[in-house]
Amino acid sequence: MNDIIVKGGYVYDPSNGIDGEKKDILISGGKVVERLKGRGAKIVDASGMVVMPGGVDLHSHIAGSKVNTGRMLRPEDHRKDVVPRGRITRSGVGYSCPSTFVTGYRYAQMGYTSVIEPAMPPLGAKHVHEELNDTPMLDTAAFPLYGNNLFTLKYVKQGDMKMLKAFVLWLMRATKGYAIKIVNPGGVENWKWGRNVGGLDDIVENYEVTPRQIITSLAKVNEELGLPHTIHLHCNNLGVPGNYKTTIETMDAVKDIKPKKGRKTTIHVVHVQFNALDGDNWGNVRSGALQIAKYVNAHDHVTIDLGQVIFTDTTTMTGDGPWQFRLWNLSGNKWVNKDVEMEAGAGIVPYTFRKENPANSIQWAIGLELALEVYDPWRVYLTTDHPNGGPFIFYPKVIAWLMSRKARNETMLEVNKACMKRSTLIDCYREYTFNEIATVTRAATAKALGMPHKGHLGVGADGDVSVYDINPRLWRPSMHRELEKAFTLAKYTIKGGELVVRDGEILSTPQGSTYWVDAKAPNDDELVKDLEADFQKYITINFRNYPVEDAYLPHGIPVKLGVKN
Amino acid sequence: MVIHTDVICPFCGSLCDDIEVNVESNKIVGIKNGCVISRSKFMNYDVERITYPTVDGKRVRYGEAVDAAAKTLAEAKRPIIYGLSKTENDAIRKAVYLTELIGGAVDNTTSVCHGSSILAMQHVGSATTTLGEVKNRADVIIFWGANPIEAHPRHLIRYSGMPKGMYNPNGRKDRYIVVVDVRETKSAKIADQFIRIQPNTDFEVLQALRAAVRGEAIQGDVIGGVSVSVIRALAEKMKGARVGCLFYGLGLNQSEGKHMNIDAMYSLVSEMNLHTKFAVNPMRGCYNVTGANMVTAWQTGYPFAVDMSRGYPRYNPGEYTAVDMLARKEADAALVMGSDPAATFPIDAVRHLAKIPVITLERKMTPTAMLSKIVIPVATSGIECDGTAYRMDVVPLKLRKVVDPPEGVYPDARVLEDIIERVKVLKEGSE
Repeated sequence: MNDIIVKGGYVYDPSNGIDGEKKDILISGGKVVERLKGRGAKIVDASGMVVMPGGVDLHSHIAGSKVNTGRMLRPEDHRKDVVPRGRITRSGVGYSCPSTFVTGYRYAQMGYTSVIEPAMPPLGAKHVHEELNDTPMLDTAAFPLYGNNLFTLKYVKQGDMKMLKAFVLWLMRATKGYAIKIVNPGGVENWKWGRNVGGLDDIVENYEVTPRQIITSLAKVNEELGLPHTIHLHCNNLGVPGNYKTTIETMDAVKDIKPKKGRKTTIHVVHVQFNALDGDNWGNVRSGALQIAKYVNAHDHVTIDLGQVIFTDTTTMTGDGPWQFRLWNLSGNKWVNKDVEMEAGAGIVPYTFRKENPANSIQWAIGLELALEVYDPWRVYLTTDHPNGGPFIFYPKVIAWLMSRKARNETMLEVNKACMKRSTLIDCYREYTFNEIATVTRAATAKALGMPHKGHLGVGADGDVSVYDINPRLWRPSMHRELEKAFTLAKYTIKGGELVVRDGEILSTPQGSTYWVDAKAPNDDELVKDLEADFQKYITINFRNYPVEDAYLPHGIPVKLGVKN
Repeated sequence: MVIHTDVICPFCGSLCDDIEVNVESNKIVGIKNGCVISRSKFMNYDVERITYPTVDGKRVRYGEAVDAAAKTLAEAKRPIIYGLSKTENDAIRKAVYLTELIGGAVDNTTSVCHGSSILAMQHVGSATTTLGEVKNRADVIIFWGANPIEAHPRHLIRYSGMPKGMYNPNGRKDRYIVVVDVRETKSAKIADQFIRIQPNTDFEVLQALRAAVRGEAIQGDVIGGVSVSVIRALAEKMKGARVGCLFYGLGLNQSEGKHMNIDAMYSLVSEMNLHTKFAVNPMRGCYNVTGANMVTAWQTGYPFAVDMSRGYPRYNPGEYTAVDMLARKEADAALVMGSDPAATFPIDAVRHLAKIPVITLERKMTPTAMLSKIVIPVATSGIECDGTAYRMDVVPLKLRKVVDPPEGVYPDARVLEDIIERVKVLKEGSE
């Protein structure tokens, strides 16, 4: 692999305090280096352009049984966006449920180099990793679902934090997972009986525990174990008007938990747009974003991502079975439910966000309000919860809305007037800088994930760089269309020290790495005994056949923890 | 003797994963836990094996067979790749890639089996579950046009009928089992209730059941040979379930109405969730037909019937399905693996198959192998090589290798890889 010099660009590297400085980035052996040893480095001319670390998306549904069922469900989605085979690229389909290869190509074309699959049902973990192996150009990790798992519920009920800790680590190893994902804690278990929970203190049937107990126990265990990321939480009551209160209550429930050494946060709340609704029903729904932003601004233990709505036809898919059932009832669109024995579930409903729909227009505003009213860009991240709020290919549009009030206003004038009346977006004058965009799309997400080699361009960082053809010195918010265009197809993307995209064209399709947490609790033997007994009784595959073998991760990177019990 | 435990049975969609296989000097000498079909598969996998490749019936070296296969596919204008359901995922991945390289169509056995289920799912969705939820929670189980005792012998024992589960501590006694079929099958005999319907009336009976669940009027006293009072009682039984699950087989989706039957059933089950928890699951036949759907879907977006002739994937069952491509005399070459279309396809399709050059990857002499120009022997997935297969409820399992394949016989994936490499060379510069 040649050395690379990214020459003369305006570098945005917020982790290292570099804000648009004209600077060369030197890459050798797949890493950013201080100086190059030999001659003959490949020069990538970035003069007059924006240079950032490769994008890091911490929440995008790209692989596994739910995503693939979405693909199977929606031939009509694929037909409008077909991708022919190229010289070195595979054919496929795009839009809201892209095929695996196209997922990799399109992220790389946007300058993204790391993407996280945030909802891995443990029983289907092998499936997730098989798909990730067919998703080129990206480093990845997957988050196993813990919040409704039989063993989580059992140990929380028993109040046995020692066993819960051992289980958390065992399941990470068994699934080759990276962080604790919780989806509608307790609600998904109740959905197995056709019911749900309505708040933090509802009861999970047969276990006599509450969502509050599940969340706080897992958050506590997470911090004591020192996992690289905080708990990654999809709150209760998603999509229920008035739910902003549940969201704030949830954040507040973990505020006294002591964070792992070296960070201040104890919780990441995902796609908050769907959980920031005020009002009593979908008829009088209004934005609850300000209340949430106010809470987040005042409490530094919380990070959030947007789940920004895009006005288009998309496919909603979550591990929140009861919510998807509700959406089926609301929309009348086709509905898939998939329960996963004793641990998780999922639902899928195609959905079109419409500009003329008052509720949808308010949802659109909520995502942007969150981004603009939470003042610390290190704690609010750009996502569309792909594909739930919209396909990830629309990130450049979101960037334009964040950087240009003119872009927002143009859209606001096209949408239902409820948007102006029932949100405060019209009063948001803040416009993101390039530095803030670099923060919310790479620097801060990498930091939140606990991936020290990602999201920055300091010496020793991974050689993941993106270059966008827009001159930040000449930038004016009126140029939002050019901005959107520049972020849609990166001028250059460098992945692991290799030039993989030039002028939006794929030059090479390397396979990225998959990160997973490899640690074992001292009481692992005791745990395994307990698990084995229950497996035989309640799970339909044998204990030995459950774990994901190393062979499923040809480019696996185990992350070790110094675990104390 | 080596004893392999927790082995996955590579026969039907139940993928039982508790088989014990005893091996002595690279030969299986006994198995435990398997059903009668499983036993037969493990004990006879090496009987009457094809042990060397042939071209036009003549024995050739492996490399020559690969060359001939690559040449046939590279030169063909409208090649199809078909089967895929009795092999592991890696081979399926390569089969889809090969299809893309040669601009052909790729189809799996779904198109002659549960294809109608997928069409219905694409129309109305479906409420499904993995089998463990059924084992632990379901107290009303319905088999419709399915005969698990003979087709999936351990399904009732492991998942749906007998096992004790978390909320079914007494096993069979805690479940009410209904069988709906056109004749009294073996499965009907062990059910709590058997409902005999007239052949080809599934759609009417299902719609009547939907009406009953909704509390709507039903015209007539007898639907499809079933008294309306029985239908109403079944609706009440279903609504009264703590958790219910409906399993159905080819009896439903191969009889008159086809995907409309499944559409009615999926809609019924979705609507049941307004009353209680209910799921519906297809009884998939081949052990990895689900994997064939999954891999094809993640690589192309579509689960079967995919055409790559325009350079990107297109989907149209009835047009790009293997039977139709053959019956229309459109396909001009075929690669078959993990299936035996000459034994199972309609005669018009088989006639055409016999006229075009066919490459078959097989373990034993089948009707398809007999009419093939090129036959390449392959290892038995799940016995002679490992890989991943997906259970009928999309639960992935890692197949085991317990013995070595015969000398010079390779796994499907390896053979496809070799063909792909040759095809790449042949195609170089031609595009």
